Amino acid sequence: MLRGRTHVYGDDIDTDRIIPGKYTKTLDMSELAAHVLEDLDPNFSKIVQPGDILVAGKNFGSGSSREQAPVALKRAGIAVVIARSFARIFFRNAINIGLPLVEVKHHTIRPGHEVEVDLIGGVVHNLTTGETYQATRMPSVMIDILNAGGLVNYLKTHRDYKL
Amino acid sequence: MGQTVAEKIISHHSGRSVQAGELAIVSVDGVMATDATGPMAIKAFHEMGGETLWDAARVSMILDHATPAPNEKIANLHKLLRDFAAETGCHFYDVGEGICHQLMVENAHVRPGDIFLGADSHTPTYGALNAFAAGVGATDLAAVMFTGKTWLKVPETIRIELVGELPRGLSAKDVILTLVGLLGVDGANYMAIEYTGEAIRNFTLASRMVLANMAAEMGAKTAFVDPTGLKLWYDWTPTYADADAQYAQQHVVDVSNLKPKVAVPHLPSSVKDIDAVAGTKVHQAFIGSCTNARLEDLQMAAQVLRGKKIARGVRLLIAPASRRVFNDALSDGTIQILSDAGATIINSGCGPCVGTLGGIPGDDEVIISSTNRNFRGRMGNPNAQIYLASPAVVAASALTGQITNPTDVLDTTSEWEVL
Repeated sequence: MLRGRTHVYGDDIDTDRIIPGKYTKTLDMSELAAHVLEDLDPNFSKIVQPGDILVAGKNFGSGSSREQAPVALKRAGIAVVIARSFARIFFRNAINIGLPLVEVKHHTIRPGHEVEVDLIGGVVHNLTTGETYQATRMPSVMIDILNAGGLVNYLKTHRDYKL
Repeated sequence: MGQTVAEKIISHHSGRSVQAGELAIVSVDGVMATDATGPMAIKAFHEMGGETLWDAARVSMILDHATPAPNEKIANLHKLLRDFAAETGCHFYDVGEGICHQLMVENAHVRPGDIFLGADSHTPTYGALNAFAAGVGATDLAAVMFTGKTWLKVPETIRIELVGELPRGLSAKDVILTLVGLLGVDGANYMAIEYTGEAIRNFTLASRMVLANMAAEMGAKTAFVDPTGLKLWYDWTPTYADADAQYAQQHVVDVSNLKPKVAVPHLPSSVKDIDAVAGTKVHQAFIGSCTNARLEDLQMAAQVLRGKKIARGVRLLIAPASRRVFNDALSDGTIQILSDAGATIINSGCGPCVGTLGGIPGDDEVIISSTNRNFRGRMGNPNAQIYLASPAVVAASALTGQITNPTDVLDTTSEWEVL
């Protein structure tokens, strides 16, 4: 169960806005958090707190395949991303590096709401408004990868994929 | 029940007959990563416990995103890939050889019917060859380098039939921009696209690559161009969808009356007829990227610019898709025409498109570009305005200094080559 305060943004937030390409040419992942979402909201990296929850509209993470995008969000302290839909490469990348995501088609979450996410149960509780939202179920293999802490650990343990 | 192309290729690689919506573990025929994604993939590969590649002959590493290295940090990432290739024996393409997608097709590292994963979002480009090709991130790629396999959800398919004949001065880019405008940036999210129809029967491999490439701009997992009429230099077997295959959506688009298209800032789906934006002043024009930098694209630009000079105050940058494209354009005189017109020919690679190196625009500048994405900040400056169009529109706009319909400046006595 993940519980946190929300930051809410709009539709079609692409990976260039999550982390511009000019910052991604490094293996030092600690540098990424300082620039996360900077072209969308220059203040974001200053106000985000560990455990916060990012909420977005449709097609979050569209564009490039850069895994630095979910890494930057995770490094910035984001505990889980809630969106109406996710772009497919971003979705896989986030799970692979151990950043939880939930797809919630309908919700009324506003900035600063206190929200609780039940990943396994597939529900999101808005503690501020008292509402509950249904989340789309993730394929079981993705839950297994997330539970392992990401694909590296999953394969370290299993050596192969299991459906 | 009949199968789509995606269902057929996945069935063939998973050892059982699958339908859209099922999960499958598939064998992978090839993978590639670039200097943007390769270093993370190699790191993840080692962290998984990887030592030797599952099959070095099926792995390619390409330096194309920030080349030649602009600083010591990137130089060291390049070195890491170079050393990894030397240690493992995988294919390696160093600075200046070309853009990853062009190289995979030119060198036949991907072939019709294959499942190919690339750590780059424009990997669906190989759908021009009738291959199942999808973009993944670094860790997914590392997992294939380790196991030779991946898991995937069999995608639903959107079938797009293109009918009619393209008007003079238009090319595959105008068709794909039309479709991105129609379906939207997430119109094909998680899905496959099949392009078919009489309008694309005579398309060259290069033009087919344009259609497949920008399937990524509709969120597609992969795309297939109907192989009817496809000519390749090696033996291959086409994969066709069954007549009774099930589609999530079917569209028929008549291309006969299309106008040149331009995607305006800041989404590739914000597509307008050129008339709506003609006259917009431009500061930089760019012909490059995995979308439109092949020989026919350069020839298209040369046809517009032959014997003329670009407008004062405009920079025209041209980055050929590969060394082979550059050499071909050198031998046939295309490069000479472009250079005489005032174009700056830069090395083959992705730099200006992705804002990593070269051609970074200034504040409030307007860029007309043959690339695939005009997201805010994409070319390295969030305060620039990026318009996407065909190489012909880019060349015509460089010529006049404002967004221009190429048919307005093309010599009417010369035949526009059908592309």
